Amino acid sequence: MFYKSFIIALLFPLLSVASTIKVCKTCHQTTISSAIDLAQKGDTILIYKGTYKTHGLIIKKPLTIIGVDNPIIDGENKETIFTFKTDNFSVQNLTIINVGVSYTSDYSAILVYRSNHFLIINNTFKNVFFGLLIEKSHFGNIVNNIITSHAITESNSGNGIHLWHSSHMKIKGNKVSGLRDGIYFEFVKNSIISENISKNNVRYGLHFMFSNNNEYRNNTFENNGAGVAVMFSKHIKMYNNKFLYNWGTASYGLLLKEIYDAEIKNNTFQQNTIGLNIEGSTRINYTHNTFLRNGWAIKVRGACYQNIFKKNNFLYNAFDLSYNSNINSNLFENNFWSEYTGYDLDKNGIGDVPFRPVKLFSYIVNQTPETIVLLRSLFVDIINFSEKVSPVFTPDNLIDNTPLMKEIQ
Amino acid sequence: MFKILKYSFSDLIRSRWSYVYFVFYLLLGFVLLFLNNNVSKAIITLLNVIIVLTPLIGTIFGVMYYYNSREFTELLLAQPLQRKQIFMGQYLGVAISLSLSLVLGLGIPFVMYGIFQSAAIFDFGLLIVVGAFLNFIFVAISYNIALSNENKIKGFGYAILMWLLLAVIYDGVFLISLVVLNDYPLDKMALFATMFNPIDLSRILILLKLDISALLGYTGAVFKDFFGTNLGLVISLCMLTLWVLLPVWRINMKIKKKDF
Repeated sequence: MFYKSFIIALLFPLLSVASTIKVCKTCHQTTISSAIDLAQKGDTILIYKGTYKTHGLIIKKPLTIIGVDNPIIDGENKETIFTFKTDNFSVQNLTIINVGVSYTSDYSAILVYRSNHFLIINNTFKNVFFGLLIEKSHFGNIVNNIITSHAITESNSGNGIHLWHSSHMKIKGNKVSGLRDGIYFEFVKNSIISENISKNNVRYGLHFMFSNNNEYRNNTFENNGAGVAVMFSKHIKMYNNKFLYNWGTASYGLLLKEIYDAEIKNNTFQQNTIGLNIEGSTRINYTHNTFLRNGWAIKVRGACYQNIFKKNNFLYNAFDLSYNSNINSNLFENNFWSEYTGYDLDKNGIGDVPFRPVKLFSYIVNQTPETIVLLRSLFVDIINFSEKVSPVFTPDNLIDNTPLMKEIQ
Repeated sequence: MFKILKYSFSDLIRSRWSYVYFVFYLLLGFVLLFLNNNVSKAIITLLNVIIVLTPLIGTIFGVMYYYNSREFTELLLAQPLQRKQIFMGQYLGVAISLSLSLVLGLGIPFVMYGIFQSAAIFDFGLLIVVGAFLNFIFVAISYNIALSNENKIKGFGYAILMWLLLAVIYDGVFLISLVVLNDYPLDKMALFATMFNPIDLSRILILLKLDISALLGYTGAVFKDFFGTNLGLVISLCMLTLWVLLPVWRINMKIKKKDF
């Protein structure tokens, strides 16, 4: 008795401030919009099982919207469904479907504008144009949402999770597939993107520009049209991500353009046409990454200085490294190369003969792409061998002086 | 002709070299499959072996068989038989026995491994067909060379040179011309140039069937547009057939006039 009254006493101030509004077919409120109109600051709206055809809902007060027994909100292929212009809101357990395609407006399932401290969790989005569109917002959490659509071309499809001018966001455990870009950032700072799975998107699995100081951990980017593209950003960290099966004539696992001072660690690049494509990227540390069965493991396009490649595994790639100039200021050391044929007489685990990762053929292919038709020709093997013995065309100092004898686990 | 084919064939089957060749492919197939455990990868490795080794062995076998069976040929020529039948019988005997070694040698391990259940069955089939074609082509060309040269050393020399030319030097010239003509659109030319070398044609044909073809980029797309279609496949196989028929036709021309 004492405990009960104690708990009630504790909860009372909360209950007096926030009330709960129920929405269902037989409830007092049968539409979401009327519930929103009725709600006061800090109220909770419970949406019960059923299909609600609605769109253009604008929410300007802090609310908690929770779906009970999987309610479906059908936008009937029209405009944006939820627009939040308030701080401290949360959206949970909803299924939001059918957002209309537009060539002039970015319609989305949930648009968040100038909001701080919000939570979007456990929602399912199907057949959307844009999934989540977050603009000028900070301190938001986007967790465990599933976003799917049927994008076919780039021009009539939108992005799964689209952030613009935001900061301090946590994006965790979302699954995005079938959109244009799975996750898209522009001018996003100090955010953590972790454990997301982005696959089968028309363009990029992850795409960001002008987004500094972000961290990407444990994400999987699989089978996207062009892979992952990151551009014009500083101080990014990419740990334990997987870049898989981006296989096509113009696909790559990860494209870096104008990236400075990044850490790229423990990532797996598997079966991509180009595992890692770098251009104008400087002072980046690549450590403990695995490049497995890619066409090109790393393609260096130019203006890449002072990068360090250390303790990476290069396993069974058609080309380990492609370089388009014969000047090199990047450092390769302590990597494991499956093509390495040297020996280790003193048994210290480090090969006694340096390894040259750039083959002559990969140099030629860079100059004249058409020559790739000679791939796996005997002549190519012969010239590769002769270049290996006495290098003429490939950069002199592009050597791994301490190649490892055993794969790094 | 069939009688001579039968004699040549059984002669070759009895000889040790056919067995060695057969056992070589058999071992290669088993080793590749059971060490690799991956049919597609095994096919890529086999591609390398087939486009280099099959022409070489076809060439050497062809020349060797012609020179070795010369006395028997002279004996046959003394009989009331058409020259065409004698030589065609011999040629087919060599080519078929070599192709049989290839097909059985590689076929047995792959069938045992379960190629029929695998998605790679078509790739493997193409590989075997292309390998057999290469046998027929290179035996025919080497027969031509042997017929034109009484001197064994010269004949062997030319035969090896011919193999070197098609397997290595052609690609070298091809590569250099692509690099030199870099400023021009080259994909049509590259397509054209591959058609005129059976080894290149076979290589590209199989390469495009494997998923490695995505590496070929833009040029690959042009190639795929051509070879990837059924029409392209038919044209390439016609081209390979032409590569068989032309040397065979020249053998027939040559033996008509040749004084033995």
